[in-house]
Amino acid sequence: MSVQSRLAVVEKSGVTRKVNDFSIVVATVNGSGSQTANGVILRSLFAMGIPVSGKNLFPSNIQGLATWFTIRANAAGFVARTDQSEILIAMNRTTVIEDLKGLAEGGVCLYADDMAFEKSRGDVHYYAIPATRLARESGAEASLRPYVANMAYVGGLAWLLGIELSEVESALAAHFRGKAKAVALNFGVVQAAHKHAAENLTKTDGFRVERMPAEAGMILVDGNTAAALGAIYGGVSFAAWYPITPASSLAEGLQDYLPQLRRDPTTGENHFLMVQAEDELGALGMAVGAGWMGARSMTSTSGPGLSLMAEFSGLAHYAEVPVVIWDVQRMGPSTGLPTRVSQGDLLFAHFIGHGDGRQVVLLPGPNECFEFGWRAFDLAERLQAPIFVLSDLDLGMNLWRVPSFRYPDQPMDRGKVLSAEDLARLGGFARYKDVDGDGIGWRTLPGNSHPRSAYFTRGTGHDENAAYSEDPQVWEANMARLARKYQTAKGLVPSPVVEHMSGSRIGLVGFGSTDPAIQEARHILAQGGLPSDYLRLRAIPFADEVGRFLAEHPVNWVVELNSDGQMHSLLKIYFAEHAGRMRSLAHNDGLPLTARRVVQAVRDEKEEER
Amino acid sequence: MTVATAPKKATTNLIGLEKSDYRGLETTLCQGCGHNSIVSQIVAVCFELSIPPEQLIKVSGIGCSSKAPAYFMNRAHGFNGLHGRMPSAATGAILANHSMRAIGMSGDGDTANIGMGQFKHMVRRNVPMVYIVANNGVYGLTKGQFSATAEQGLELKKGLQNKLPPIDICLEALIGGASFVARSFAGDPRQLSTLLKAALAHKGTAVLDVISPCVIFNNKDESPKSYAWGREHEEPLHDLTYVPERDEIVISYEPGEITSVAFADGSSLRLKKIEVDHDPTSRLAALTLIEESRTQGTFVTGLIYVNPTQPTFVEISGLGTTPLARLTPAQMRPTEETLRDINARFA
Repeated sequence: MSVQSRLAVVEKSGVTRKVNDFSIVVATVNGSGSQTANGVILRSLFAMGIPVSGKNLFPSNIQGLATWFTIRANAAGFVARTDQSEILIAMNRTTVIEDLKGLAEGGVCLYADDMAFEKSRGDVHYYAIPATRLARESGAEASLRPYVANMAYVGGLAWLLGIELSEVESALAAHFRGKAKAVALNFGVVQAAHKHAAENLTKTDGFRVERMPAEAGMILVDGNTAAALGAIYGGVSFAAWYPITPASSLAEGLQDYLPQLRRDPTTGENHFLMVQAEDELGALGMAVGAGWMGARSMTSTSGPGLSLMAEFSGLAHYAEVPVVIWDVQRMGPSTGLPTRVSQGDLLFAHFIGHGDGRQVVLLPGPNECFEFGWRAFDLAERLQAPIFVLSDLDLGMNLWRVPSFRYPDQPMDRGKVLSAEDLARLGGFARYKDVDGDGIGWRTLPGNSHPRSAYFTRGTGHDENAAYSEDPQVWEANMARLARKYQTAKGLVPSPVVEHMSGSRIGLVGFGSTDPAIQEARHILAQGGLPSDYLRLRAIPFADEVGRFLAEHPVNWVVELNSDGQMHSLLKIYFAEHAGRMRSLAHNDGLPLTARRVVQAVRDEKEEER
Repeated sequence: MTVATAPKKATTNLIGLEKSDYRGLETTLCQGCGHNSIVSQIVAVCFELSIPPEQLIKVSGIGCSSKAPAYFMNRAHGFNGLHGRMPSAATGAILANHSMRAIGMSGDGDTANIGMGQFKHMVRRNVPMVYIVANNGVYGLTKGQFSATAEQGLELKKGLQNKLPPIDICLEALIGGASFVARSFAGDPRQLSTLLKAALAHKGTAVLDVISPCVIFNNKDESPKSYAWGREHEEPLHDLTYVPERDEIVISYEPGEITSVAFADGSSLRLKKIEVDHDPTSRLAALTLIEESRTQGTFVTGLIYVNPTQPTFVEISGLGTTPLARLTPAQMRPTEETLRDINARFA
């Protein structure tokens, strides 16, 4: 019986067909090589034109602990995480009982056949795949067998859902970068599993995929790689870093792509340098030193590293040194949950360092890691300040289906730098004098040959000439200038993105990786008669537009992934007059946000109103 | 007028600058502070070696020592950063423009207490710079606490006794892999001047641990970091002569008594044996020397260790000739065509 005729049977039996609309959870053991298999499934669905997302819910462990990978396919484009999955790929005997309990009503369980467990759910469709046997028969060396065994569930799933095998093969070729032997070995297992399933299993569920018209210009990429590439097209020349989950792959992205993109084609010289520092104190210290010297310079870290960087951040702020700091947020406080997501560094990044100081914070959404990657350098040099870019584990480490990267549409803004010729014309300069009224002084770079180019950069109190001063008026004037600079930043940072629905009286405010969940929640709420407007913040300082948005709605939900409602707190500081219009929707369990959380909060309040 | 036609005494150096072009602000350190002597020697040496001030950066941490860069070479950019963190800022700055020279000024607290980690990683990397520690065993600005280099049993003004053994900065530098380690004494300007010249000629990190007495908090005659003790006990390892590249003077020494260390810039340092037979190119001999000096309580000064060919961080980093800080936007932003290739890889 062909697959088609079996499906017909399914339809006759009354099982609802669900095409391009389901979530898969793959339950495996960390370090078992399942990442390759999961990536191949994701990439195959992507190649079939189906909107898809993948999220790795992994432990802080190298090998042996349970790990889950969720894949969501949705024809309408809603790819936020869901609370429940419809399809379980059970490859971990230690979690299978619980995994099965969590499956949606009428779901599917595709499992390794050498795993004995009680089929406790009568509503679930079970399919056994002889993963171990197929791996053994693949001809793979014994040491590779556990890895290629994962390809058995890829083949089984391809049969189950109708994933095109040619796309699976292409995905394998992309993963193994064309290494024919590896592709053949793995694809062999995929084919064997597919064949086994077709010959021995009967499809009783209604889930399947169908090719969709390909949307032009979409790519599948993780946010850390996108950020690294963005930084490269922004001209990053020096990067210092210290390994930390979930930020390491950003620096490793730089390491991968800088040699390809920033080596002088004629001389072969490297026009970049990366240093793995001894710690995050050193990483930001080096980046600040390089920024002071005049190189486009950055570091990337996560919360615990940012704690160590507080000291140099304060210096960069007060001495006014351009530098870009990416914080790929993970769950804090303290070591917290190193492999789980949070948006909990918001207040810390904005107010980082002792004494006064408010920092420019960029908040990229899934489509903006590349763009903010280059834009951050223009801002840093224009504002002569540290620029904090807050990504998170979900944005940074997971693969996202996003529009392809757009080449920077503006020339580089190197900010206010005086050359030796400028100084010859001017006769001299005062480093911290606000000659243009925007709070930003002119600087010189070390190595400027003019005898009056030098100034003394310091973290101590200083006057316009950078000379040490304890004069109360000098101190106040300097702080007032820095406040002017902050106002200047307001006009330079990316403005918020606002989306309206007609008849809406509800405002939703969010930022970063929560975007897909918020978009889906709006869709669900609108279907239930609750249209909403949405403002996605993209930077601090906040644009005046944010205040206008808040004023337009009796209730504004501030959606964020932390426990304290940090963005809610910030908005109350900067828009105190609208504090009564804001509600905190702070959710913080370490997992990417789901639409249900947002829908529930909004509906609950509406219930109360009645 | 006869005065006008008389040959003028040369007050300018090879690049036409006067010594005043190398001066800094008036010092605000205490009168008699050893750090002021170090500052004077830096001014004199940089003038004498005709170093363009605009081609040098002055970097420092926090403390009395770290204020010193304000007191020399106003025409050089300065970076007075964070306590114990000068090495990282200096490393980043130098890597961003490796055509610049760098003089770092630190203290014993800045280096051996709060900054030990960064110090050791800087010497391990062999970042091209002169790293001077103005070492007086005591915190001055916070009024007289012990630093990690204070001798065991030392009593300071407040009557407290230091119960912990001292950290030897030269020893830490050596163990960290430093390529140039010297100890000097602020009360011995001639030797300090020569070692400074050699340090500036050295292509990697040159660590100069200079015992520099604090006249307010740690200058009692019995303190090993006092002027009196230093003058009494200093045992120079060699009689040193710095020979600039351009100088072809051949100094006649007895054969066998002279060692010459050649630096990458063509200059050299000649070391004439005094009493002990110390080979500064041997790391093991250097370690032994410091250990013997510790056990015997002697104050040995001079060039303790040097490896003038040890690759610098700049050399091993693959940097080209164009400094990163001098790249043009065209060199920094890859072409639009390359981005099309990148996008294709993720499509």
